[in-house]
Amino acid sequence: MKLGKKKIFSLALILVLVIALLSGCVQTAPTEETSKEVKNSSIILATTTSTENSGLLDYLLPVFEKDTGIKVKVVAVGTGKALKMGEDGEADVLLVHAKSSEEAFVKAGHGLERFDVMYNDFVIIGPKNDPAKLYENASNDVIKAFKLINKGNAKFVSRGDDSGTHKKEKKFWEEAGIEPKGDWYLSAGKGMGDVIQMANEIEGYTLSDRATYLSMKDKIDLEILVEGDNKLFNQYGVIAVNPNKNEKINNDGAQKFIDWILGEKAQGLIKAFGKDKFSKPLFIPNAR
Amino acid sequence: MGEIWEGFKDAYNLLISFDEEVYKIILLSLYVSLTATFVSSFFSVPAGIFLGIVDFKFKKVVVRGIYTLMSMPPVIAGLVVFLLISRKGPFGFLGLSFTPAAMIIAQTCLVIPIITGIVYNGTKQKGQRIKMVAKTLGADKFQTLSLLLKELRVNVFTGIVTGYGRAISEVGAVMIVGGNIKGYTRVMTTSIAMLQSMGDYSMAIAIGIVLIMISFVINGILYNFQQGE
Repeated sequence: MKLGKKKIFSLALILVLVIALLSGCVQTAPTEETSKEVKNSSIILATTTSTENSGLLDYLLPVFEKDTGIKVKVVAVGTGKALKMGEDGEADVLLVHAKSSEEAFVKAGHGLERFDVMYNDFVIIGPKNDPAKLYENASNDVIKAFKLINKGNAKFVSRGDDSGTHKKEKKFWEEAGIEPKGDWYLSAGKGMGDVIQMANEIEGYTLSDRATYLSMKDKIDLEILVEGDNKLFNQYGVIAVNPNKNEKINNDGAQKFIDWILGEKAQGLIKAFGKDKFSKPLFIPNAR
Repeated sequence: MGEIWEGFKDAYNLLISFDEEVYKIILLSLYVSLTATFVSSFFSVPAGIFLGIVDFKFKKVVVRGIYTLMSMPPVIAGLVVFLLISRKGPFGFLGLSFTPAAMIIAQTCLVIPIITGIVYNGTKQKGQRIKMVAKTLGADKFQTLSLLLKELRVNVFTGIVTGYGRAISEVGAVMIVGGNIKGYTRVMTTSIAMLQSMGDYSMAIAIGIVLIMISFVINGILYNFQQGE
């Protein structure tokens, strides 16, 4: 008798579970007339560490999910790796900042089209006592500042991870005619936050995007010493990965994301982000 | 699949190219982990034997503590060591953060409980019996201890090999305290983590293969040593 009771109970439990599952599926199915499959309800966004570390994505994506019902899975890596993920068809859409590499990516047929989304800028940060005297002599001239760091008795911490920031930094050394090598140049192979921590620890200089620096400002003793040079301008672009890569790419979701982030609402949100905390926006929207 | 095959080819080319950077990484890995293992053994082997043959108050608590620390996540060891040696920390004046010395300290913290635990276990099992045998043969204290060490040879080596294996293979602690600086604190495990994040898979696989090969060779040497005599 007891067994019978148990059996009935477990059958009832299974029935309840099945009903719950079914109703769950019905609810997650989009209520539009097109009967989309469940796989279209999420996209993978490969992006840079700066968009995630600064908190921009945590602020934007819930709104996007509410507007479209599409869940976004964020993989925050360096620009180099994000492009590689696109190449391998491991992501649906990219939000990165290395324009020339992005254009080459589209040209090679890995992505469909590249759009400007927003920009922020890079700054050179360093210790308050500023041993290389950047603030005095090169507060808005990045190339001169790099030469001073190399000449002075100062350490420089590099991302060294093939990210957009690292690519930019390498360009500056090239322009300054300096080969970054030696005890003074530390190549960390880590993300922006880690590198800022490291520069703070060893009292060295580094090149950072403004957003990540501002989000960590209270925890460190580094200050902005060089800013406002045109060369420090940092443009972000969005690209949908070519859906021919494999079956799993959700191009539909990627297009929806692109349309949304280039749209008026998202651009307004980007403009407002960080204003209350830092009294100016961290990213300036510039979608056409 | 192609990428993995490429990785094997790269690994082969890496090793025969005698590329200075790669060998620096390999040698630093060995240097840091072997030093940490050596320093740990110095403290842990006597401590483990002592725990195994001497009874004292709170021994159970101490032993339980050591067993817990045996499975301490490397990231936590790294974090604790980093907080102690960072510029704001109590040992900040030593200027140890992001140096190979810091990596050795962090790995030593990880390996000490492992060797202590394994040696203690062996001593606990054999200690009483050996004491009895020594007593029957009329040995003095010193002779008893040397007999004990001889009998515990295998346990001590097992402890050292296990501890070394833990040190050479961990990435969390050395990443935090060493910082993966090129040519200075970059070891095999942090290289692999970095290459993966850069999307350079074949090089990551290559260094991974090298790491496994080195572990195999070192373990082989230690194993022979253990079996010998």
